[in-house]
Amino acid sequence: MSKLTPVLSAHWDEADSFTIAGYKRNGGYSAVAKALAMKPDEVIQLVKDSGLRGRGGAGFPTGNKWGFIPQGDNKEHYLVVNADESEPGTCKDMPLLLANPHVLVEGVIIGSYAIRANHAFIYIRGEVTHVVRRVQQAIEDAYAAGLLGKNILGKGFDLELVLHVGAGAYICGEETALLDSLEGFRGQPRLRPPFPAIAGLYAKPTVVNNVESIASVPAIINNGVAWFSAMGTEKSKGFTLYSLSGHVNNPGQFEAPLGITLRQLLEISGGVRNGHKLKFWTPGGSSTPIFTDVHLDVPLDYEGVSAAGSMLGTKALQIFDETTCVVRAVLRWTEFYKHESCGKCTPCREGTWWLVQVLKDLEAGKGVEADLDKLLDLCDNIMGRSFCALADGAASPIISSLKYFRQEYLDHLTAGRCPFDPMAATLFETSGVK
Amino acid sequence: MSIQEVSTEQATEMITCVIDGFEITVPKGTLVIRAAEKLGIQIPRFCDHPLLEPAGACRQCLVDIEINGRAFPKPQASCTIPVENGMIVKTQLTSPVADKAQKGIMELLLINHPLDCPVCDKGGECPLQNQAMSTGRSESRFEGIKRTFEKPVAISSQVLLDRERCVLCARCTRFSEQIAGDPFITLNERGALQQVGIYEDEPFDSYYSGNTVQICPVGALTGTSYRFRARPFDLVSTKSACEHCASGCDMRTDVRRGKTLRRLAGDDTDVNEEWNCDKGRWAFKYEVAKNRITVPMIRDENGQLQEASWPEALAAAAAGLKHVKAGVLVGGRATIEDAYGYSKFARITLGTNNIDFRARTSSSEELDFLASTPLTATYKDIDRADHVVLINFEPEDESPIVFLRIYKQVHKRAIKVTSIAPFASRGTKKLNANLVKAAAGNEISAITELNELSSKSVVLIGERLAETPGALFAITQLIAKSGAKLGWIPRRAGERGAIMAGAASNILPGNRLVTDNSARVDIATVWSSDSLPSDPGLNTNEIINSSLDAVLIGGVDPMDISADAKIKLSKKFIVSLEIRQSDITDIANVVLPVAAVVEKSGSFMDWQGKVRSFEAAVEQSLNRSDVRILSMLADEIGKPINLPTVKAAKSEFDSIGNWDGSKVAMKSVSNEPRKTVGNDEAVLNSWRNLLDKGSLQDGEDNLAGTARKSVVVISPDRAAKLGVKEDQLVRVSNDYGAITLPCKVLDIEESSVWLPRNSVSSQLIRNLGVVSNSIVKVAKA
Repeated sequence: MSKLTPVLSAHWDEADSFTIAGYKRNGGYSAVAKALAMKPDEVIQLVKDSGLRGRGGAGFPTGNKWGFIPQGDNKEHYLVVNADESEPGTCKDMPLLLANPHVLVEGVIIGSYAIRANHAFIYIRGEVTHVVRRVQQAIEDAYAAGLLGKNILGKGFDLELVLHVGAGAYICGEETALLDSLEGFRGQPRLRPPFPAIAGLYAKPTVVNNVESIASVPAIINNGVAWFSAMGTEKSKGFTLYSLSGHVNNPGQFEAPLGITLRQLLEISGGVRNGHKLKFWTPGGSSTPIFTDVHLDVPLDYEGVSAAGSMLGTKALQIFDETTCVVRAVLRWTEFYKHESCGKCTPCREGTWWLVQVLKDLEAGKGVEADLDKLLDLCDNIMGRSFCALADGAASPIISSLKYFRQEYLDHLTAGRCPFDPMAATLFETSGVK
Repeated sequence: MSIQEVSTEQATEMITCVIDGFEITVPKGTLVIRAAEKLGIQIPRFCDHPLLEPAGACRQCLVDIEINGRAFPKPQASCTIPVENGMIVKTQLTSPVADKAQKGIMELLLINHPLDCPVCDKGGECPLQNQAMSTGRSESRFEGIKRTFEKPVAISSQVLLDRERCVLCARCTRFSEQIAGDPFITLNERGALQQVGIYEDEPFDSYYSGNTVQICPVGALTGTSYRFRARPFDLVSTKSACEHCASGCDMRTDVRRGKTLRRLAGDDTDVNEEWNCDKGRWAFKYEVAKNRITVPMIRDENGQLQEASWPEALAAAAAGLKHVKAGVLVGGRATIEDAYGYSKFARITLGTNNIDFRARTSSSEELDFLASTPLTATYKDIDRADHVVLINFEPEDESPIVFLRIYKQVHKRAIKVTSIAPFASRGTKKLNANLVKAAAGNEISAITELNELSSKSVVLIGERLAETPGALFAITQLIAKSGAKLGWIPRRAGERGAIMAGAASNILPGNRLVTDNSARVDIATVWSSDSLPSDPGLNTNEIINSSLDAVLIGGVDPMDISADAKIKLSKKFIVSLEIRQSDITDIANVVLPVAAVVEKSGSFMDWQGKVRSFEAAVEQSLNRSDVRILSMLADEIGKPINLPTVKAAKSEFDSIGNWDGSKVAMKSVSNEPRKTVGNDEAVLNSWRNLLDKGSLQDGEDNLAGTARKSVVVISPDRAAKLGVKEDQLVRVSNDYGAITLPCKVLDIEESSVWLPRNSVSSQLIRNLGVVSNSIVKVAKA
């Protein structure tokens, strides 16, 4: 357990961790006072120096993003928190907001102060009603405590924070689609440039940050750059939430320094389901190319995962043991992307429609080996050709699964059916079930 | 020189880049796809449209790009990226990656597209079909199930949608939002089920909807009237001009075997860009209406019109016009050549200045104004304007392309627009215009109080301003004071040309005053005439009310002038040049059939003064242009005008040129005192909706289906006093008659009430005898 570095999750096991009292008892809202005593540019510099990188997947340095906001432009600035967590396997922001919503509110106050925003928005996915309620309550409590609204803590800084509940579209996790949706339009990605830092929400300079990125800021303010950058690796500093799910004995969120390996995380989480062995896994959610058991020692930081041919993404580690049919798993993901494709651009809209049909046939054992090449060629025509990254995410699991498990695809064709028993891969009790 | 002027007049920065090995220099901001076009390199595309903002949605135009040695990691959409210095672009011609990317996209576009080209309207002129040939595979690798939808869906009575054909390029939705300001169609749903749609029961309510059919790069949007009627390769296309209004749209008329099947917007960046309105596009069935006149007719002793030969009819007409006091009513729809023929016919053959082109409410102040006031504004001036002022002019209804041009600048530069009107119409709201409320007849104080106008401002006035005495004089003072550009925008296509042709009682061709000796000599020389009549003639109203014995009438509806015009004219000898049976042919002694616009050549002059020439689209027609008939009739009378063809009329008219002699300043006109209205009274105001009971829209029900409903507009106060709520019936009446319509409660000038001038159940001249600036009674019905 020594590898874990609980910061955001340090008090999740306390009964009142989600209340303002519980948060304050553990030192909450002390960073705000410190930050508001600094100059906004000093806050930006501190976050830059810490090396904090975006936790939503792309890993862009958070401080740099804040620094892009033009200053002295006499325009409204906005901070928008992307809480539209909806990628298969990704489950870090929702538990965080359920157990500790105030850390996000505190981060929002600090971030808004730094970029000179007097309005901030949290765009949260609409299906998670219980989380929505807790965040809403946290915001209300923060207002009541004088932490939001006019003249926060008497320091002359005003901030209005609005919680916006999305209607359930994966694309709205893409920052420009999120902004469109927040403005009341249908969520579809926008043409860039202009980038949100120049013309974002309501065409005003806007920072869009992931929940975890913003929530990490209070701890950095409180404990300093040295403390933060002592954790992690050279280019991937600090701690982060790894979410383990699937065929693992003790699934959940594990907060550890960047650069930890799956082998270490599996040790902490009780290992792969008893009596089974690791077959494949995703390092950062379903849109990142899959790994296999040869990647157990890949350091899970931005560079390490990238060097091994995938992406750190949201650090959503979905673990699949040998009972899982990779074709079936990939088909399920592809069906997700087909359902979630916004429809704006051709390769994603039409491509995912077609991929599902091809994969369905392959899973049913229909087709010939040349279909695998067609599938790969299709992915080549989709990947990197679409308007946003959604289609890349759709193609990634297919390409990577064919890279590592081509023979398993062929086995389907030889057998004329799926050679796996889908019941064997389920996590619920199957004995006695017919 | 102000800062703004400096910046707009600065030389555009030029950018040099390399595309497929060829260097090209283009203005900064030029998109890669457009720069490639300049080199003759055609990059396939669907969503790209030069007049719409880039979308980057279809991804068909992917190319490889590097800038100063740094290559983009993946192909980029060339329709979204402006060129930069040092940029090296490799299109499908030189980059295997771009080529494969484009082929890949094309294959994906086709997987869900039905192979119904043989029955699709677009087949033969379809960008998808063409580019599938250039960029597609010969055989599909798709073996799955295609997406299907119920078809077609009517998004309005005139536009049908076949969703399975749609490639979701969003051209139609972007047009509606960015160009027309009518965002009533949007993309709904998501993924492969994404589709163009309307909101529940609200149809695509736009005067410009036909443009979406034209720019659809597939056969997804089709016009109800044209659907399944023709194949593009069976059509003969003729460049033409629109006859419906003074906007001056360039058009294309497509004819198959002597029958007009469709009309499309033509390209003219100085006028309509690539757009037109639905009336211009779809209202052409009048020419094949059942009541079309095809042979000459003479009224017999029993009062019945009888078919006659041309010699008989010409002789009868000549007999009635010879040696009597006569006048000419031209109507506002004549071509320049025809108007010129009428003008010359009046002076040479009839020896009179009794001629007027205004078949509408009009005044002698207006004639004075038109003869003396330079009209300087153009579309380009709107493009550059800092402020556009609309006075008794509703561009969306009365000159729809002018509306688009103003809207473009409102959308792009948020320019200031001011409208003097009784209330904010839908068009006014779309232009985000500052409304200066004025009751009919009381516009003058609003005009004189206009300030903040500069030489970059554009003042656009409608023909309705003549309904307020003194208002046109006030305009000349406003222009003199401010230096703003002035545009007078009549509704009809022929009015500006008729002025130039001298089809008015006070002016000869080229804007020469009939009272000016040297001006008369000019024209008399061209016409080889000893002298021309020198007294100003009678205008429209005077001709009708006069004791003239005979009137030659070309294309006039007496109900456009006054309620009793028909009765008064019926007492005279009438020679009617008409294309269809009308109120005038009802009373005419001789009827001479003439050609409709698509059957003849000619030209209109748009509101800017720009000549819009067109050729005959239907060549087999036996019908001849008015000027040809007038020339024969003049011969018959023995005072020839020698204009045997349109061409002859055109070249003679062109040889005249504009008057460069002195102009007389407009006479001052005093304005009437403000009317006071009683509690149950109101000042009537009206204009014609774009789509209404106009006779040129006859026979096109799908178009009529999108006309706006007739309503009475009243103020909230009046509604409260009358005890009526929105949509309840209100009765507007005077001694002449009454109209009862549902009311719409809007923030209209308190003393005013507004009705459409000539719509279903609201034909003001017919029903009330007046159209505007008159007191009416308003009551709950």
